[in-house]
Amino acid sequence: MYPQDLRYSSEHEWARVEGRQVRVGITKFAAEKLTDVVFVDLPKKGVKVKYMQPFGVVESVKAVSDLYAPISGTVVDSNTKLLDAPEVVNTDPYGEGWMILVQPEDPKELDTLMTADQYATMIGESGS
Amino acid sequence: MTVPGKRDFPVIFEFSTPGRVGSSFPAPDVPELALDALVPAEHLREEPAALPEVSELDVVRHYTRLSHRNFSIDEGFYPLGSCTMKYNPKIHEDVARFPGFSRLHPYTPPEQAQGALQLLWELERQLAEISGMERVTFQPAAGAHGELTGLLMIRAYFESRGERQRTKVVVPDSAHGTNPATAAMVGYQVITVKSDSRGNMDVDALRAAMDETVAAIMLTNPNTLGLFEERITEVEEIVHGNGAQMYMDGANFNAILGITRPGDQGFDVMHFNLHKTFTTPHGGGGPGAGAVGVKSHLVPFLPVPVVERDGDRFRLDTNRPKSIGKVRAFYGNFGNLVRAYAYLRSMGSEGMRQIAEAAVLNANYMLARLRSSFDRPYDRLCKHEFVLAGTRQKRQYGVTTRDIAKRILDYGFHAPTIYFPLIVDEAIMIEPTETESKRTMDEFIEALLAINREAKESPDIVRSAPHTTPVKRLDEVRAARQPDLRWKPQR
Amino acid sequence: MTDRRKGVEVERRVQQKYIPATDAEREEMLRTIGVGSVEALFADIPVPVRLDRPLSLPPALSDPELIAQLRALAQANLDCDRATCFLGAGAYDHYVPSVVWHLAGRGEFLTAYTPYQAELMQGELQAGYEYQSMLCELTGMDVANASMYDGASATAEAAVMAKDLTKRSEVLVSTAVHPEYRQVIRTYVSPLGIQVADVPYRNAVTDIHAVEAALSDRTAAIIIQHPNFFGSLEDARALADLAHRAGALLICAIAEPLSLGILKPPGSWGADIVAGEGQPLGNNLNFGGPYLGMLATRMEFVRRIPGRLVGATVDTEGRRGFVLTLQTREQHIRREKASSNICTNEALLALAAAIYMAALGKQGLRRVAELNLRKAAYAKDAIGSIPGFEVPFDAPTFHEFVVRTPLDPDELNRRLLQHNILGGASLGRWYPELHDAWLVCVTEQRTRGEIDRLVEVLEGIR
Repeated sequence: MYPQDLRYSSEHEWARVEGRQVRVGITKFAAEKLTDVVFVDLPKKGVKVKYMQPFGVVESVKAVSDLYAPISGTVVDSNTKLLDAPEVVNTDPYGEGWMILVQPEDPKELDTLMTADQYATMIGESGS
Repeated sequence: MTVPGKRDFPVIFEFSTPGRVGSSFPAPDVPELALDALVPAEHLREEPAALPEVSELDVVRHYTRLSHRNFSIDEGFYPLGSCTMKYNPKIHEDVARFPGFSRLHPYTPPEQAQGALQLLWELERQLAEISGMERVTFQPAAGAHGELTGLLMIRAYFESRGERQRTKVVVPDSAHGTNPATAAMVGYQVITVKSDSRGNMDVDALRAAMDETVAAIMLTNPNTLGLFEERITEVEEIVHGNGAQMYMDGANFNAILGITRPGDQGFDVMHFNLHKTFTTPHGGGGPGAGAVGVKSHLVPFLPVPVVERDGDRFRLDTNRPKSIGKVRAFYGNFGNLVRAYAYLRSMGSEGMRQIAEAAVLNANYMLARLRSSFDRPYDRLCKHEFVLAGTRQKRQYGVTTRDIAKRILDYGFHAPTIYFPLIVDEAIMIEPTETESKRTMDEFIEALLAINREAKESPDIVRSAPHTTPVKRLDEVRAARQPDLRWKPQR
Repeated sequence: MTDRRKGVEVERRVQQKYIPATDAEREEMLRTIGVGSVEALFADIPVPVRLDRPLSLPPALSDPELIAQLRALAQANLDCDRATCFLGAGAYDHYVPSVVWHLAGRGEFLTAYTPYQAELMQGELQAGYEYQSMLCELTGMDVANASMYDGASATAEAAVMAKDLTKRSEVLVSTAVHPEYRQVIRTYVSPLGIQVADVPYRNAVTDIHAVEAALSDRTAAIIIQHPNFFGSLEDARALADLAHRAGALLICAIAEPLSLGILKPPGSWGADIVAGEGQPLGNNLNFGGPYLGMLATRMEFVRRIPGRLVGATVDTEGRRGFVLTLQTREQHIRREKASSNICTNEALLALAAAIYMAALGKQGLRRVAELNLRKAAYAKDAIGSIPGFEVPFDAPTFHEFVVRTPLDPDELNRRLLQHNILGGASLGRWYPELHDAWLVCVTEQRTRGEIDRLVEVLEGIR
């Protein structure tokens, strides 16, 4: 149900290791809770993000949520496509709906994140 | 892509025809000097603003037709919880339009505005009596504006006492959104305390959250669940015991007029929503009037000017060194203060109590008739409003509270408040007010019960509602994704 | 029901015309609820906080008595129908066409709520969309909101917007901005760590050299008023350029939007945010309120603009319709992260302003602005020619101007009252250096005869 190759944070972000970099987005669970995403506010290249600190905002018609970085580092790329097509977060949250690409400071932080099974359990516990 | 035969309802710009005029002004009776002789050319517009050019009849027809695409208290029932949509008396419109009020310039010398100042003074005395407060300011233009004023005064109060460690404001999890938003505007951190199983503020949780870094608690009483805070005396002890201030959001004042006074419950400051409890018309979203009452220790911090009386004369006092300043220019939404004053003068003391009793009776009647058809989060008698949950309908029929609300529109009523307070899933909040008759309430109840049956037997008609309104369900997602906030030609 | 509290019996409940429930209906409702009395519904109110006496309020008045009472209070005020008004200073006596309040006062608009149920409230929403559109045309900005409380608080909220947008914490405010607006700005920003620095005026306009000296990389915005409090036109484009070179925003406060009938719109000379007072657009003086705050800005700032916004969209059958949009900026969703706490606004006055602008139209607004400009110029010339009276500033003005008077302006006003004339605002209460000066306002409402009469009376007062 949840992609096995990703790691997950308690704030519903996912992280994918791509070589030396880490790509970040939000999970399908989060996207469904928000309902139709209308706007995403992402940091520019070069901005530093901090583990479990807010790095941006995702908005739907009925809610606004902070985005929390699952890893500390520097933003090397931001998905500007989401400015014109925020709905991609709903339709393809793990692919085209990615949000930032990060050069991590401390890759060990990834070890603190959950596996797909652990995340599924977490959201199963909190209900959907 | 439009449905054949169904044209979009035109905007006024679409009637524009060059050369048409809709107004009349006298010919200039002073020399018609060239504009650029009076004002340097670089300041002058090259083109007049592209406002529509329409005739007076175009204006009248357009706005008359628009008015028919609205829903108002004058037309029908508006059971919006937390809004107190009571009847707006016509006589108030007449008195507010007296030229002595409507054509009075705010900088008229006070000696020539004694009637206005007397009205403000008397209104203040009456609201102070009703609320148990010492003085009342009328500067705030709305409830949220009143909250801002109240919290600014609390902040100034603690500054004057050197208590700079007080950086937090406590709100219940059922609080109206303006409460935390206001706290943030005044630089406070918001601490949320949960409600207990009876819908009261959880006193143990409050005690745990309270310390000397808390400046104030903001409470609505009755709260946004329509329930009176039964443990208000314990709350008062805890809050004042920690040296903090009690702020009351007066949105639900309608339930307790003449029965209990916020001042007597221990509140130090409160705002009134004159456009709720005191009948001033909502006007499609405003104007409101958010008067703020304070106890004596906060009086020095009131915004300026303050109306003072010397014998039988009234004046405006600006010599108040500890004042927080001003939250708007001039004195307040005076036009609405005239209406509120007229209301108080018509109701008198016994009238106040009758309002509360009738409002609470009406709400409990509706609750009693609806309680078996909807989930109810709290098993208590309510005050002037009550909260139900559409969770059963969602679970059993896949019909949400939003769907039910939209279907209510087809039955000729405005929907109740939905999805507020946030602590009740699929919340439906209903407030009939005392100005509604049993007959109207019965009709609404029948409609809700009918929709409940529809949800079970033909849910699609509910899920795709509304059907009889001027437009069908609108695409809010598109509106947010592709904001179109002004008309442009050739769309 | 009789009331035996403290042994006092009050009359049997008088049937109130606003409270329809009859005794019989009350009994029936109580039975349905399952309680014996109305008192039982209040049983959960702790006894110590219950009122044990009737409220001490004046006795209730019937409708005819109410009219008489209010009329007496109204007649104790010298309003602008009874006296000839040369008073401006942020509230203006303009002609309001009859259609405005016949339409805006319709019950369907007056007694409607905020249009959260959009399908049912297309009238209100469309009127709001049209109003927003007209404001954009008037100001030359990309987006305008559906109203704020008044010009002063709108300007204050613009200052907070500037801080959020630039992440800088200082605003420079010209002392040629309305003194009450400046006071409100300070009240709003003081808890947010925003510093307010005054920039002086010179020759009745903002001293641009002082601005240059005060600008720094901490400046979030420069706030000017145009036309300013003294009625003068600012060197707006130069000030906007200065602001932008320093990475700051230019906020333009507008107390007299009718001036935009002939003046260049702020969007064309570089304003980033326009905060205005819409009272002159079809709304009455009303002793200071309700008034109409206007806020307009660039599209790139739209997600930071406070207040409600109406947007166009389509329904399930492709019909154009209108909704409140970008609501996630607002308090009911964003809560403590909202751009502002504003909820109830001044929607009805925005509607009146829209009707006014529609009735006047493209040509009418220009004509009214021209009348204001020319009548004020005529008066300025005539008053300035009276021995003892002087127009000290030569900056171009719209419909207000400063006059130095041979006697104390308050004394002058007292004498003018004997001729049923409301004289200009005496400036000494706000500007000690102008203790002998007066701010005279001449709108399209003043006839040549009235202006000549003022001049005649002033000539006689020496």
